[in-house]
Amino acid sequence: MNEDAAKEALRAYRMAPPHTLAAKGGRAASCRDLLLQATIFGLVIAIAGFLAANLAGNLSARSIRTGFAFLDSAAGFEIGESFVAYDGHSTYAKALFVGLLNTLAVSAGGILLSTVMGAGIGLGRLSRNPLVAPLAGLYVEAIRNVPLLLQLYFWYVLLTELLPHDGTAPALLPGFYLAKSGLHFPVLGESSRAPLMTLGAGFVAATALHYFAKHRQARTGIRFPAWLALALALLPASLLLARMLATVPLDLPIQRRFGFVGGGTLTPELTALLLGLSLYNAAFIGEILRGAVRSVAPGQSEAAAALGLRTGHKLRFVVLPQALRVAVPPLASQYLNVAKNSSLAVAIGYPDLMSVGNTIVNQTGQALEVISMVMAAYLTLSLSISAFMNWYNARLEAWSTS
Amino acid sequence: MRAFAGLWRRFFGSLGNSLLTLGVLAFGVLLLPPLLRWAVIDASFTARTPLECRAAGGACWAIVHEKYRLILFGRFPYAEEWRPLAAMLLIVGLIGSACGGLIPRRALHLAGLLGAAAVALLMWGGVFGLAHVESTNWGGLPLTLILSVSGMTMAFPLAVALALGRRSRLQLVSALCIAFIELLRGVPLVSLLFMASFMLPLFMPGHVQIDELLRALIAIVLFSSAYLAEAIRGGLQGVPATQEEAARSLGLSRTRTTFLVVLPQALRSAIPGMVNVFIALFKDTSLVGIVGLMDLLLATKQALGDPAWRSFALEAYLFVAALYFGPCYFMSRYSQALEHKLGLGDA
Repeated sequence: MNEDAAKEALRAYRMAPPHTLAAKGGRAASCRDLLLQATIFGLVIAIAGFLAANLAGNLSARSIRTGFAFLDSAAGFEIGESFVAYDGHSTYAKALFVGLLNTLAVSAGGILLSTVMGAGIGLGRLSRNPLVAPLAGLYVEAIRNVPLLLQLYFWYVLLTELLPHDGTAPALLPGFYLAKSGLHFPVLGESSRAPLMTLGAGFVAATALHYFAKHRQARTGIRFPAWLALALALLPASLLLARMLATVPLDLPIQRRFGFVGGGTLTPELTALLLGLSLYNAAFIGEILRGAVRSVAPGQSEAAAALGLRTGHKLRFVVLPQALRVAVPPLASQYLNVAKNSSLAVAIGYPDLMSVGNTIVNQTGQALEVISMVMAAYLTLSLSISAFMNWYNARLEAWSTS
Repeated sequence: MRAFAGLWRRFFGSLGNSLLTLGVLAFGVLLLPPLLRWAVIDASFTARTPLECRAAGGACWAIVHEKYRLILFGRFPYAEEWRPLAAMLLIVGLIGSACGGLIPRRALHLAGLLGAAAVALLMWGGVFGLAHVESTNWGGLPLTLILSVSGMTMAFPLAVALALGRRSRLQLVSALCIAFIELLRGVPLVSLLFMASFMLPLFMPGHVQIDELLRALIAIVLFSSAYLAEAIRGGLQGVPATQEEAARSLGLSRTRTTFLVVLPQALRSAIPGMVNVFIALFKDTSLVGIVGLMDLLLATKQALGDPAWRSFALEAYLFVAALYFGPCYFMSRYSQALEHKLGLGDA
């Protein structure tokens, strides 16, 4: 073999994907691989067939109905909390939809709250203050090492058994009450929609202004004064809001002897679930963020300071982009955990997808259909969250390398 | 004096820092005394009745004394409670001495097998004059321990197979493994437990009966095998490709390369991750209560079904939280120490 041929062979060896490399024996090996895969395929089919045959036998032996026809019949049970109109006459399909909406709401709320709290915890652990850092550390260790379900029971008992009755509950803040019947808080009345919409419009205007100012600065170097931007965006809306609030009062919860009238309410179940989920996941998120900030080499921060960047800019343009890149993948799996953990609602009686599904299984006996649907819903939710986080991660990568 | 100035700066170095310090101090001053009064000063430790407790006004730790048998052992027959206690001590002792290196490496498998047999014997009974106890009557801390330890042990081989299968050059195998892992990681454990509880019997031949404990165990094994497989995959990715190439060029077969060269190195660096999976599993066994198994947490809830003591639920939950906290904290420390020792981690 001459030298060129040897080089060529070596190049081919290096370029080849690993599975063709392994097929040293060429045709014999790939034939064996094919045979192996065919055997495995046959085995999987055989097992699936065995299970399906058992299933069919059992279903007919126990005369369990099959199919999804039950979805259209009346559910006949009430659901305590719902974002859409629902009563006992609604169908099972509607009941599952209500459960799905509740799961989505709790997951979204839990993700939001635990991120905010987690950022606080992470910053606390990074703090140089000798009181704050150990306190945050204590929080993380205490929360992380106790099962979430136990914490949910704990909060639920605290909220339902040990709080004062409605008539005697003191106000936490003006208009905010925490009593046996849940958390009562003021909401904006019907007539305050207009200022809210103005506020929304202000937000859109502010975003547009931000892009304009950023591009102008990139082109010409002229800065747009931040205070002016904020004032321009928020002033009209806040003025209007203030005027409306002065004339149209908030819908405040009014304390009566045997309960509250008006205002918004979070039931004890939802309060306990949100509180437990957020406190639990905040500990993990705090650790993820702390690790991410720590992973940025101190030289980066020093170099930014040496270039004369202010602390805010240093964090925003140097430390945070690098830290976020490290934090996003573990953060994504933690968000998945929040969504999946919301299924513990079933244990404290909040009507999420899992618990509605469980009720339906008990009523109809159609475990196969209902549980498959519930699992498919969770799987879709998980996949969407991870798809979103992948998209965000890709955007982050593009942003920080451009 | 300089030391004092340094200390002053750490607490009150800037405006923000001073506010933080004052905030924490105010929080402590407001919160600590009432908490201390509730938990210690006004608490009753020896009360015999709930009324005595209520009179004292503080925490009622006496509930632990009153209910500890139900909390720790569930519905296990009263006279036989030494058996789950012995089983529990055996499990903890075996794991402790294995982690502490007290058992010679060669004897580890034998010790594990003997231990499992002894625990099964103690719990089930039925021979050597021990009364037979149905698994539906097992409960409390021993059940939690048995579920987590046997769940982890059974998940391990499955996880190794899944992790290797995921990297297999056979596309069908890797596709199946990826589908299995991602499916199980995408759904909550509760849904798997419900599935095992409702659907597993439907998939078995008519004459096969699976008891509730085994159903829950199957769900736990499948669930944790997916997470464990990912931990092991991380370890596999950390083994340099040159190791495999070297082993192959020495003439080792592909199987021997995997099991004698790659896997040992991969598992070694995957240990901290696997300990973390175990911690999660130990906490997650509390979910079996949702499908009716009397684990530590559900036994506590049952104990609180007693209306007389119901208002002292917080104390009972805090006690159980401490029972979970101890092993979890110890294991997480152990995992960190291992990470340090193996030269891994972010340090």
